[in-house]
Parts: sequence; structure tokens; C-alpha cells
Amino acid sequence: MKQVLEFEKPIINLKEKIEELKKITQDSEMDLSQEIQTLEDRLKLLEDDIYGNLQPWDKVLIARHQERPTTLDYIGEIFDDFIEFHGDRLYGDDSAIVAGLAWYKGKPVTIVGHQRGKDTKDNIHRNFGMPHPEGYRKALRHMKQADKFGRPIICFIDTKGAYPGKAAEERGQSEAIARNLMEMSGLRVPIICIVIGEGGSGGALALGVGDRLLMLENSTYSVISPEGAAAVLWKDSSKAQQAAESMKITAGDLKKLGIVDGIIPELKGGAHRDAKKQAERIDTAIERTLGELSNLNGQELLDQRWDKYKQIGSYRDAQLIGD
Amino acid sequence: MLKDFFGKKKKYATIPGEDQKLEVPEGLMMKCDGCYKIFYRKEMKKQLFVCPNCGHHHPLRAWVRIESLFDTDSFQEWDKELRSGNPLDFPDYEAKVEKDMKKTGLNEAIVTGKGTIEGHPTAFAVMDSRFRMASMGSVVGEKIARAIERAKEEGIPFIIFCASGGARMQEGVLSLMQMTKTSMAIKRLSDSGGLMISVMTHPTTGGVSASFASLGDYNFAEPGALIGFAGRRIIEQTIREKLPKDFQTSEFLFKHGQLDKVINRHDMKKTISLLLAFHAKDGAKA
Repeated sequence: MKQVLEFEKPIINLKEKIEELKKITQDSEMDLSQEIQTLEDRLKLLEDDIYGNLQPWDKVLIARHQERPTTLDYIGEIFDDFIEFHGDRLYGDDSAIVAGLAWYKGKPVTIVGHQRGKDTKDNIHRNFGMPHPEGYRKALRHMKQADKFGRPIICFIDTKGAYPGKAAEERGQSEAIARNLMEMSGLRVPIICIVIGEGGSGGALALGVGDRLLMLENSTYSVISPEGAAAVLWKDSSKAQQAAESMKITAGDLKKLGIVDGIIPELKGGAHRDAKKQAERIDTAIERTLGELSNLNGQELLDQRWDKYKQIGSYRDAQLIGD
Repeated sequence: MLKDFFGKKKKYATIPGEDQKLEVPEGLMMKCDGCYKIFYRKEMKKQLFVCPNCGHHHPLRAWVRIESLFDTDSFQEWDKELRSGNPLDFPDYEAKVEKDMKKTGLNEAIVTGKGTIEGHPTAFAVMDSRFRMASMGSVVGEKIARAIERAKEEGIPFIIFCASGGARMQEGVLSLMQMTKTSMAIKRLSDSGGLMISVMTHPTTGGVSASFASLGDYNFAEPGALIGFAGRRIIEQTIREKLPKDFQTSEFLFKHGQLDKVINRHDMKKTISLLLAFHAKDGAKA
């Protein structure tokens, strides 16, 4: 049984009706093709209406869809000969983050990304895509290697957040995230970060410092989950829907705020409709973005990175505006 | 009966309103948060708000901290006039900020500037947890980034006293991006050979602990400070077990190798000026 999202129910209902009519036509002499045609036209309109006007909360649901393609799904479609490498050389190997090498259009690239599970068993193995410090340290180890050998880095972001656990705190979750932010700032190779699902706070950001930040159309990126925001701000986690709107967490909102550089369009209904086709769109975006960055040398990359981030923020100088 | 006159117990607890809670009058006396003993406020201030009885470190106001470290009259404030915007048009955000401005006499949750500590010129930032729990919004991020850039330009060290509840929710992802901005600034300072010292005070959590607070060449903490990434309650819910009492304290972090040293407030100036001397350009013992 496929997961049906709340806002999709009218579409599903209509589809079922059409199927019913088709069956009747098949099983009996009655010709209902006229009616079927009418309903199919209506279905198209309804789909355009619903998928064309997705609300922030609808996007949250799509971003969390259990069949939404993961980092490894996209890696398999977009890159050649991916080989995964493990371990942070300090403590262990975190399967909530994958990292390795592959060919992209005939050139080597380093890939790192959060990895969610596909089902419950897999999710337990992947810790629901919520990394421990060793995950971030593994990622950094590979990114520094990319810097050393002069190959671009592609980061796939897809996590609810860094894992809030006892062991994670003991091993320095804060330090691991902070270190990635600092070190990624100084890597002299192109870094492209792509939010493919949920971009949850510092745990997402720790793979998210780069030259370009792209988001899939229905992905989200936020300082706290809508449920968490509702709990903190209004002491009521059931107001998550409202929080999803207020917090400005969709790709479109973040583009307006100047944080996201580009939005990768999704298939109608979401990326999970066809991982292969969605991967083609991501591929196109990576190719174009790498092209833009390929002419810049290491120092130029660093300068542009700083130029971008130093401008992010909203403040006013009371002295200048005289209030 | 007679005892009704005396023994009348309240059947319910009264919770002071928001305003009452915030406007605790500056009394003559204060109660230690650690041992609950009562002291003259003046006496506490002389002790830099470290309890003479139990050693509990109370939060310090930004300017008291500056006074406790810098040579007299040497401190010049930077970017004093920077104020918060309301980028997400969050309801009530401006009012909350204004209320804290009135309460603290500060324009934001951080004071930055430059002065000398035992003669060593130093760029400095100190957060004040009375202001929106010193959560990191755009102004906090911007002031830190600017202070670090000036430290780099002038070739002087940068010291920050951290205290923060984490991200400023009302600024959403802009708040998150201040983590990147400040960390990138530190990278630039570090690459130029600049010294950065971070001192974590109570509390240093969330996005602040996961960015500049953890990125000093030396990371220190005051005793008994709460320091951590995720909140205790969230962790307890996630792992379904009770956490030890000292979890996420300075001492806990020290034990797990996350800090260079836990420094008593009374030794802070001495330790920091020694460190500044070690890193001074001429580098010789005075």
C-alpha cells in the first residue's frame, strides 16, 4: 500500500472512481467512456490545482514521504562507479552518513550525504538518517581529501537533524558540527550542497557550507522542525502546520531570503513518483552548477563564499536610520 | 477554630505574571542559586557573583564581565547601534526585542569591542543571557563576524564569552546561517594566524555551542555551566532513559575531552592574560 498524503486524498478518490467506471465498462455492455473522459479531465484539473498550490505543510509531508528517494538512490542514478568509504579514524563508522568517490561526467568527485533508511529495519541501521559526531567527522575526512586531490564535492542533505543522544553529546556533537562549518569554509574546491528531503537545523548545516546551495522544490530547510518550533513558540506542537508557514522553510521562501541559490523542480506530486526522472533533473542542475564554478580558482571560491555568507542576516543600524 | 486563623494554607500555587518575573528588583540581598544562602548583593558583586559559600557561578552581565577582565577605561564598544530586524515578519518579535532592550539597556544580546587585558590589545565579544536568552539572531552573528574580521585586520586576538540558549527561532533559517557566518569568519582569522579563545558560560547550547563556541584555539568553560547541543529533555525522550545529574555540565565535557580547562571566574583574568602573553608578537616573558 502506497503512502497517501492528506492533501492528495481528493485526487486518490477521483482516481478510484475512474477505475471503478473503467471496470464497469469492461465487465458490462454499458459504455461509460464519455463519463470517464469527463472525470479524467477533471482529474487533470484537480491535480494541477492541488500540486500547483502546495502549502508549506504539504511540502513537509512530501519531504518526509517514506518512498522519497534517498542519497544512495540519486548517487546510483547520477554517478558512475560509486565506491563508499567508511569510518572517521577516531571512533567508528556512522551509517547515517555515506561518503565516497565516483565519476561524474568522466571526472572524479567526492560525494557525501545523509542516508535515511528505506524501511524500519534499514532505518534502524541508518539511525533514521540522524548522524552522530563520527558521521560528521567521516564526512570532513573525505572533504579534506577532496581538497587535497582537487576534486569537487557534492553534498546531499537529508536529515531531521543531528542525533540528540547521550553518546553523541559525550563525543562532541557540537564540536563536530562546528568543525565542519569552519573547515568547509576553507576548502579550495567547488562544493555543491543539495537539500533533497528535510534539512534539519545544525545537523543539516554541517554538510551544507559551500559555493552553491540548491533545494529540491518540495524539500525543506529549517532551524527547527515545525513541531519543535510550535512547541517552543506556542507550547503546542499541534500547531506545526502554522509553524511550517511562519518559519519560512520551503525552497521558494528560502530563495526569496537569498539563502538558496537555485531550486530543482520536482515531478508532479513529488520526487518519489519516479526517482530516475528526478535524478535527471538533479543531474542537469549539478552539471550546470559545476560549470559555473569550474572557472574559479581556490582563492576565488573562498572569496565568493565569504561574500555570500557575510551578507546573510537582517539587521539595521539605528545610528544610520536615525531612530 | 482558632487554627483556621493561622494555618490557612493556599490551595494553589501562584505563578507570577511575565512582567513580574522579569522585573525582579535590584535588592540589597540576593539568594545563591546553588546553596540558597542569602548574601549582600554588594558582597556578591565583589566576588564577581561567585558564591563565597558554595562556589556557584551566577550569570554575569555583559558589562560586569568586561569590567572584570579589561584594564580600566580601555574598552571601546563596536557596532553598538546594530539592531534586529524582523525578517520573517514574526508576530510579537519586535515587541519582545524592545522589551529586552529596556530591561537590559543593551541593543542586542551581545556586546563587542576592543580593549586591553593586562596591556594586551584584544578584540572581544560577550553575550548577555538576559536578552532573549542570548539566542543567536542576525545581529549577534553580524557583530561577532565583524569583531572577528577587525581582529584579523588589526592582527589582535579574539576572545568570546559565550552564553546562549541557541538559535533565535523568530529569525528562522537566517539564524541558522549565522552559525556558518561566524564559523567562516573564525576560519579566516585562524588562517591569518590569529588567536581565538572561547569561554563557555552558563548556558551555552544549541547552534552557538555547535558553531563559534567550540571553535577556539582554546576552549574553556566556567564551572557548572550547562553546555551541549541537544536539550536534556529531548535526549531523555529520544533514548528513553534518565541522564546523569552532571550531564552536559562543564565538568562532564571536560571529562570527555571536549574542553582545554575549566576555569574559576576568580582565575579567569590571570589565565587569559597569561595565554595572551604566550601568544604576543614578541613572545617573551615580561
